[in-house]
Amino acid sequence: MTTATDVIHDHHDHIPTGIKRWLFTTNHKDIGTLYLWFAFIMFLTGGSMAMVIRAELFQPGLQFINPDFFNQMTTVHGLIMVFGAVMPAFTGLANWMIPLMIGAPDMALPRLNNWSFWILPFAFSILLMSFFLGGAPNFGWTFYAPLSTTYSNGSTAFFVFAVHIMGISSIMGAINVIVTIMNMRAPGMTYMKMPLFVWTFFITAYLLIAVMPVLAGLVTMLLTDTYFGTSFFSASGGGDPVLFQHIFWFFGHPEVYIMILPAFGIVSTTIPAFSRKKLFGYSSMVYATSSIAFLSFIVWAHHMFTTGMPLVGELFFMYCTMLIAVPTGVKVFNWMATMWRGSISFEVPMMFSIAFVILFTIGGFSGLMLAMAPVDFQYHDTYFVVAHFHYVLVTGSLFSIFAAAYYWLPKWTGHMFNETLAKTHFWCSLVSVNLLFFPMHFLGLAGMPRRIPDYALQFADFNMWVSIGGFAFGLSQFIFLAVVIKCIRGGEKAPDKPWDGAEGLEWTVPSPAPYHTFSTPPKID
Amino acid sequence: MKSRNLGWPLMGALFSSSAWAESKFNLTQGVTEVSHEVYDLHMLVLYICTVIGVIVFGAMFWSMFFHRKSKGFVPATFHESTKVELLWTIIPIIILIGMAYPATLTLIDIENNDDSDLTIQVTGSQWKWHYSYFDQGVEFYSSLSTPRAQWDNLSGEGEAKGENYLLEVDKHLVIPANRKVRFLVTSDDVIHSWWVPAFAVKQDAVPGFINEAWTNALEPGTYRGQCAELCGKDHGYMPIVVDVLPEAEFDTWLQTQKMAAIAAAAAEKASLAERMTLDELMALGETTYQAACAACHMPNGEGLPPTFPALKGSSIALGDVTEHIDIVLYGKEGTSMQSFAKQLTFKQIAAVITYERNAWGNNTGDLVQTSDVKAETGK
Repeated sequence: MTTATDVIHDHHDHIPTGIKRWLFTTNHKDIGTLYLWFAFIMFLTGGSMAMVIRAELFQPGLQFINPDFFNQMTTVHGLIMVFGAVMPAFTGLANWMIPLMIGAPDMALPRLNNWSFWILPFAFSILLMSFFLGGAPNFGWTFYAPLSTTYSNGSTAFFVFAVHIMGISSIMGAINVIVTIMNMRAPGMTYMKMPLFVWTFFITAYLLIAVMPVLAGLVTMLLTDTYFGTSFFSASGGGDPVLFQHIFWFFGHPEVYIMILPAFGIVSTTIPAFSRKKLFGYSSMVYATSSIAFLSFIVWAHHMFTTGMPLVGELFFMYCTMLIAVPTGVKVFNWMATMWRGSISFEVPMMFSIAFVILFTIGGFSGLMLAMAPVDFQYHDTYFVVAHFHYVLVTGSLFSIFAAAYYWLPKWTGHMFNETLAKTHFWCSLVSVNLLFFPMHFLGLAGMPRRIPDYALQFADFNMWVSIGGFAFGLSQFIFLAVVIKCIRGGEKAPDKPWDGAEGLEWTVPSPAPYHTFSTPPKID
Repeated sequence: MKSRNLGWPLMGALFSSSAWAESKFNLTQGVTEVSHEVYDLHMLVLYICTVIGVIVFGAMFWSMFFHRKSKGFVPATFHESTKVELLWTIIPIIILIGMAYPATLTLIDIENNDDSDLTIQVTGSQWKWHYSYFDQGVEFYSSLSTPRAQWDNLSGEGEAKGENYLLEVDKHLVIPANRKVRFLVTSDDVIHSWWVPAFAVKQDAVPGFINEAWTNALEPGTYRGQCAELCGKDHGYMPIVVDVLPEAEFDTWLQTQKMAAIAAAAAEKASLAERMTLDELMALGETTYQAACAACHMPNGEGLPPTFPALKGSSIALGDVTEHIDIVLYGKEGTSMQSFAKQLTFKQIAAVITYERNAWGNNTGDLVQTSDVKAETGK
């Protein structure tokens, strides 16, 4: 028995060097790192497109790019941020942290894990290649038919195959998360003892498995409509363009929770740590997350109030959507109660977490407003919606990713990050992001439609502010890059547990976390 | 005490509807009963959210200030309370019901399309609107009238922008005040969305399907809106302008339009016999081209390949004339090239084809007369 383990150990301890280490790796930490770097590169790529958009919208009139290229920018910006930045960043965190948090030696399916990462660069190469092969997708990240079929610029095939590969990657990642959590928890770690972070990724993985195949089906129908003469979405052949939207949003609404539930898990980890107090209402958090996941499947048509749905349909989707406010409210109240009478300190992860709770809640408020169908007739497809989803995705998901990165950087690198620089990153991001997205509410209410390259003169002032905020926010992210690089290269040595209030198995291993951890499972009581 | 006395009226002024309405920070109240209801709902939810926000953020900031480690605050140990958790599940549900009730009433009102006095079919196409008054024989296209020189600054400074920059059209939709007007909204190509904020009407125009919406504007005036659904390259350039006229004025307007339609038909008939010179055709052709074709094929005829092919040196512009006439009349299936048979007169089509065959070095020397176009429709 002893010899057998030793042999396996010997085999495992051999770490290949150079490119081979990364190409052939089956180690959850390496793959997590790959995912996180990939997400960051994509974040900068998608971000640079946002800069182009904001430069064009700085003043009325077409200044730099033509409307068609503008549409390519908005479309690819959306696709990259959703599928290339936020989702891979969360998968990276899942890879790094879930085995460490449940006391498992690695993910359950390490080879699958390698594959699910390494197909991603190909997916995004195909997508980005289209810029040089006749134009990138220009039909919005929501790719409504028939704009993306009959009226497409020829990029539909690139788009479809890129999305297929991203989908396969996500599904494999999700399978891995589920199998790992179900089978590899340390003895004694029952489901209701799992860290909330693990819970949210567990539920998210189910959402992914449920809806990514729907997206795959949809893009396949799109492909055959465009190139093989089918008429799923064309009325002239007996199809229905609105059917497209039903299928898309049946995927799309759970998708937005795929991008926010892990964020809930992250701040439910950091807020108790820096409040030095246990998470308030752990079990209600688990139930709230599950109910949000369930509700996400029955609210999709609130994106479609103006498509001419019957009254009963509008009422059903309005009521269900409003219901989401209840479990989401429970979460926010629980975070508030966790902080209440804690012993709070303001390390950088905590700063991002508090900003997350407040700004995500603002995004939640505008979500509630959008849920009201009669008023949605005014808000729909305006900058109000743009403000709403950027509040939940940027100050929501992205801020939680920053919180997570700062929280675990010492564990990943073995060094403390430069706190002054990190705080600068926080304050610059916080101020600029609000300058960037808050005036968008006003623009939307005043009647500026989204996805337009030029606008009427009454929108000029706010657009200029928004653009300035955008450039500042974009530049601020290079501070983050600097913090991370400095932290990898050196800095104050991090103890095993750098945050005194932190809890969880990941802090029982040394910093940086050794290449192999928990080869013998820890005992949980 | 004194500051508090001053504070409340100030707060009142800030949040009262009158101070907020029509500001550049807020939703328009609009000019219909529905739009007023929608505005009230919007304010109701906004107030509720503000109150909840003040309480939640207030509590968070309170802990941030007073329950700090740096102040030596010792953390409490509580981490659950069924009572509190039930409370903050039930109270939100009650608030939500309070919001859902008025929203339901307004929604029922919005979706009641019965008993209209006038029906107008609204058809979106890339990138203009077409309006057709049912049983009146009046129909017309309405497209952006802001000159290209104002918005296209790509090659140097554009012209100074006008007051209604990008929100002005060549022909306004005209409707009567205080009458229920029903819109039947559809599309010829991709999905568009017909939106006039002052009416709180936003209805998607879906190709192959007809959606209903209605309005009853209380005040005469000119109201502007835009296409709200991404519909391709010039999505930002298809505004909507609606004139609401007092009933009597509207009836007069409608009569004039009917007479104009009859006169136009007569003029079209007369133009069949007309033989125009190359210069005349080129002059009319150029104006027509800039208005109807330049958005896709570009003013210089070079297009935006691959979606919008060039006409300069193209096989159609240099090839068979009848094929050229045919594609302009009926469009090309499966592409963005739409049918212009309804949009332009035969004379304009003849002129634009002549222009395309002789401009930008396409010097075919071909002359296309109105009768040639008419002959093609007869086939």
